[in-house]
Amino acid sequence: MISVKNLYKSFNGKTILKDISVSFESGKTNLIIGRSGSGKTVLLKSIVGLHEIDSGEIWYEDTLFNKLHFKERKEIRSEIGMLFQGSALFDSLTVEQNVRFPLDMFTEKTPEEKDERVNFCLKRVNIINANHLFPSELSGGMKKRVAIARAIALNPKYLFCDEPNSGLDPITAILIDALIKELTEEYSMTTIVNTHDMNSVMEIGEKIVFISDGEILWEGNKNEILNSDCEILNDFVFANALAKKLRSSNR
Amino acid sequence: MIKFLSQVGLYFLLLKKVFSRPEKPVIYYKQTMREFVYLGLTSIGIITIISFFMGAVITLQTAYNTENPIYPKYLIGLGCRDSIILEFSSTVAALILAGKVGSNIASEIGTMRVTEQIDALEIMGINSASYLILPKLVATLIFNPVLTLIGIVVGIFGGWVAGTVSGVITSENFIYGIQYAFIPYYITYSLIKMVFFAFIITSVSAFQGYYVDGGSLEVGRASTKAVVYSSVLILLFNVILTQLLLS
Repeated sequence: MISVKNLYKSFNGKTILKDISVSFESGKTNLIIGRSGSGKTVLLKSIVGLHEIDSGEIWYEDTLFNKLHFKERKEIRSEIGMLFQGSALFDSLTVEQNVRFPLDMFTEKTPEEKDERVNFCLKRVNIINANHLFPSELSGGMKKRVAIARAIALNPKYLFCDEPNSGLDPITAILIDALIKELTEEYSMTTIVNTHDMNSVMEIGEKIVFISDGEILWEGNKNEILNSDCEILNDFVFANALAKKLRSSNR
Repeated sequence: MIKFLSQVGLYFLLLKKVFSRPEKPVIYYKQTMREFVYLGLTSIGIITIISFFMGAVITLQTAYNTENPIYPKYLIGLGCRDSIILEFSSTVAALILAGKVGSNIASEIGTMRVTEQIDALEIMGINSASYLILPKLVATLIFNPVLTLIGIVVGIFGGWVAGTVSGVITSENFIYGIQYAFIPYYITYSLIKMVFFAFIITSVSAFQGYYVDGGSLEVGRASTKAVVYSSVLILLFNVILTQLLLS
């Protein structure tokens, strides 16, 4: 489980996150949703330590993560896998080398064992016959899947996904969502996904946190989100014309 | 002034990160070998071409500006040798490398920053500064002096070709000139300067790339800054090192 308590974060005097307190449950797909610029990515990057927070606490199980020194954080970071918005694959490495990279850096496996693990991870995300391609030769969906393969290479305990569906067509987006959910259940990971895609929310949202202007306004699950009293959340959830129509017809 | 000081502070903090113990030396070794090729071997061509023509021009200019019976002809060879060894092979070559290697380093690291590849390294628990910059530093510190030696040989050869082909000096006179009153320490001086310049080019350019904030426009700006700041520092340190090493 990951817990955040009274977290504040500002940039150049502007407060982006205000008094954030939330828990993300193990073995579940936790979603952080909100409009663009609401502070989702800042929250995610603060939790993984890419942004130093102004005040508050970030707990990974019983460890107070934000008070650890860089070297002490390594242990927890070796249990983290992250999927970035733009995939963040290393341009100079092939697909295979990208997935192999964390294994080379942090394990003492033999080359054969590494090959086996790389092939397993790539197969798991349905990447076949692309081992020797470079990221520039892949489609958006393939890049995301390779990034997921790299993220799970070390069997992480925690998986973070920053807008995994951005720039993808609806069908590929559903496949990526399904993959994240399957992997979360398969490895009992604590998964946190940043998204503003309502399809994702309804597909995989076991726990949902709605954030607006750097504050948490609502928490619940995908069954509760459609009947919320929070007006700002409703404006977000029923933003498009079809959703508005369905909502008014239900009423 | 405060911004300047904070940038200087940030630069030294980055260096501290760069020189921390590598996570896995084998991986760093492989990266260093890769940088030898990308930053070192690929620079041989430009250094060779420019050295050749600079040597040729120095010889011709010396010849046309010393057309006086008082001056022995072999001084043309001596002038070419000393100009190439003392200034061209280190300082001018370093300025050229600041343009080629410096912009390459700044744009590579800058692009990695804006596409979150550096964040990906950090998330894995890797010291990204050390992983990305240390191999480049080691490669340039070792290989740039080799480029200096290549520049010396090719530059003097270029002078000999230009001098003998144009007929301003005979081959015997030129060869006598490049051997006359030769001070081997000048080569040491040139190599020492190049080591300092290599450090400046790599660290300043890496610093500019590492702290890029924004998008492709900022990466371009960082690349330009890397070349400008490296060049200015090279010229400044050229004066300081010359005073320290030749006085």
